Amino acid sequence: MAEPAQESESHGAEDHGHGHDDHHQESWFIHYCWSTDHKMIAMQYMFTGMAMAIIGGFMAYVFRMQLAFPGIEVPGFGQVSPTEYNSLVTNHGAIMIFWVAMPVLIAAFGNYLIPLMLGCDDMVFPRLNRLSYQIFLISAIVLLGSFFVEGGAFGGAWTAYPPLSSKAEYNMTPLGAPLWVIAVGLEFVAFLLGGINFVTTAMNSRAPGMKMFDIPIVIWMIVIASILFMASVGPLIAGAIMLVFDQTAGTGFFDPDKGGDPVLWQHLFWFFGHPEVYVVLLPAVGIVAEIITVFSRKKLFGYKTVIFTALATGLLSFFVWAHHQFISGIDPRMANVFTVTTVLISVPIAEMMFVYIATLYGGSIRLTTPMLWALSFIFAFIIGGVTGIFLGASGSDIYFHDTYFVLAHFHYTFYPIAILSVFAGVTYWYPKMFGTMLNETLGKIHFWLTFIPYNCIFIPLFMLGLGGQHRRIWSYENFPELARPEYYALREFATISLVIMLLAQFIFIFNFFWSLKSGKKAGANPWKACTLEWTTDQTPPGHGNWKELPTCYRGPYEFSVPGREKDYWPQNEPEPEPEPSAS
Amino acid sequence: MQRPIATTRSATGIPTGRLAVWWVIASEIVIFGGLLASYLMHRLGHPEFGNYAAYTNTYIGAFNTFVLLTSSLSAVLAHNAAEAKDGVKAAKYLLGTCFGGLVFACVKAYEWNYEISQGFTLTTNAFWSFYYTAAGLHACHVIGGCIIMLILYPDVKKGKELQRVELIGNYWHFVDIVWIFLFPLLYIAK
Repeated sequence: MAEPAQESESHGAEDHGHGHDDHHQESWFIHYCWSTDHKMIAMQYMFTGMAMAIIGGFMAYVFRMQLAFPGIEVPGFGQVSPTEYNSLVTNHGAIMIFWVAMPVLIAAFGNYLIPLMLGCDDMVFPRLNRLSYQIFLISAIVLLGSFFVEGGAFGGAWTAYPPLSSKAEYNMTPLGAPLWVIAVGLEFVAFLLGGINFVTTAMNSRAPGMKMFDIPIVIWMIVIASILFMASVGPLIAGAIMLVFDQTAGTGFFDPDKGGDPVLWQHLFWFFGHPEVYVVLLPAVGIVAEIITVFSRKKLFGYKTVIFTALATGLLSFFVWAHHQFISGIDPRMANVFTVTTVLISVPIAEMMFVYIATLYGGSIRLTTPMLWALSFIFAFIIGGVTGIFLGASGSDIYFHDTYFVLAHFHYTFYPIAILSVFAGVTYWYPKMFGTMLNETLGKIHFWLTFIPYNCIFIPLFMLGLGGQHRRIWSYENFPELARPEYYALREFATISLVIMLLAQFIFIFNFFWSLKSGKKAGANPWKACTLEWTTDQTPPGHGNWKELPTCYRGPYEFSVPGREKDYWPQNEPEPEPEPSAS
Repeated sequence: MQRPIATTRSATGIPTGRLAVWWVIASEIVIFGGLLASYLMHRLGHPEFGNYAAYTNTYIGAFNTFVLLTSSLSAVLAHNAAEAKDGVKAAKYLLGTCFGGLVFACVKAYEWNYEISQGFTLTTNAFWSFYYTAAGLHACHVIGGCIIMLILYPDVKKGKELQRVELIGNYWHFVDIVWIFLFPLLYIAK
């Protein structure tokens, strides 16, 4: 950092040739592990997230096997004890949300796309970016390490309610529980640093000429999500400090005997936990918006509507948290208020889905692999959203609470978010990331072998939940009414579907690596999209992204504009007649 | 490392560094906000907290408030000097701010030492748990701010990266304001 600051300079100053080509030979370690390049950091986040997804998926396999065939020697794991079962379900939830959805959707796509879609050479704070990933990596290592300490990994559910989480005599994981909280805390710090970087980059570093409403939807969504995260995570960081003190130092923040209050944790947790749903949802709907427009060859129906609904969702998400606590002894008058806000929040989200369907209407739809994933997202998420209405209403939630109906509901929201939209995004941007095309046939086989089994897993779980099957129970053998053969048939069906779905992921892994070597060359803009990331000089983009940074002339979704020869109009293509630029 | 072009752009008209520090402060406000809101909820539900708070030493707290506010004055003077491109003077005032932080931390150490010797520890009851956690988290921010100022000192002295004087100043004022909330809540309200 030898060069003096030019911070007050504005757009005009950046036309000078930039010395980015002079980067000398880097060692392997510097290039892959110590890089400040946003694309490399995005890859680090993506591959770490995918590795964690495999671990989380394996956990799901182990405990689903135990539920369908209680007491079985699970191939690859062995017998599942009740303690292990608890650790597995706890960490499956925590990993899938904090170490898969967050790093891949926000950090990987955010890092990759924000500079490329905004037309700049890197994030504004590259070293902060690197630090963010390193803290994230440490958090993942701490979490996985907690499986190997005495007493095993934390098993008090991913919501970590005290007193179960705060007292070792209850959770029986004297080291696992604090390590879990510390891992989650570190992960939050990593994403706070990353979020500051994302928001600042998007606010300040847009290409000349790019106005607020020329920013692609996915960037808007990642930025709104980062702000939501920043505004909601603070109380939980404070709560995590209190919880670690309760666990290790013997304080009583959440212990009524010492003047504390266990419900306080629930408030702190869900004040973050509910906005967190939208933190991961918004980038996912952003990715889907990009893909649906490109493959409908049509302008996004209601670009501003999507942004304003996202802002409305973000705002409302701060007033719904207590719908997780309807049976925690909450005042029924408060429950009414939270029922109203919860049902209200489905309005903007439904509006967003209608916008997507309206975009599809009348478009020339191309059913490529990314488009299939994007459409499946809409399908699955609508089921997730509609079942949420039952749970948001305090009356029916008292019956549904903590049953498999809840579980199936949030897997119909989180699975489209963390899996379907991620596959949509990866298959869509893969040509830009690696320079080759994924194999379409293998991609479609993988899609159907993931999507059909996915529904076969969770539709039976809705039925089991309605039948009264409670969550977080190691074996139903001791509950005669839940151990009936009809129930076991549904459980076995769900488990076998899960195994098929997990096996199908090998097709993707094979396709990913095979296409890397033998895929057809992608060229700069294989999907004929308008946004700036498809205009780089090289594919995959080199250091600094562009030799000369682009200028933006129009909105991101100018498809099928009447009177133009091509059906797409890239953002960086100057107007045909020279006009005085407004910037 | 070369600074990317992205860092030098300013579509909002606000320099990148300043914008980012405001976001840092925003996220910190929510962290302290969560902690203080939790404390307030407890406080409202437990009138006996007032009796425990009577054991805190208001004079020491007031002295520390004075020290911290004075150090903020020094941060403002450092900013003024930096605006005038006078790196040497700015660096001197930064050290002054740092000294204020150091005095604050030492007084805190003495105060806590006394209180612990009287038997009021982190685990005595919920009031003392909040007292040590909130003031401790704040003290970490004070010490962190001092370390950052010492890191900035050599560059600023040479007249480089002068915009950073303002950024650390913003952070320091934030730390100050947190204390302005903590002092009445933990010491005065009895």
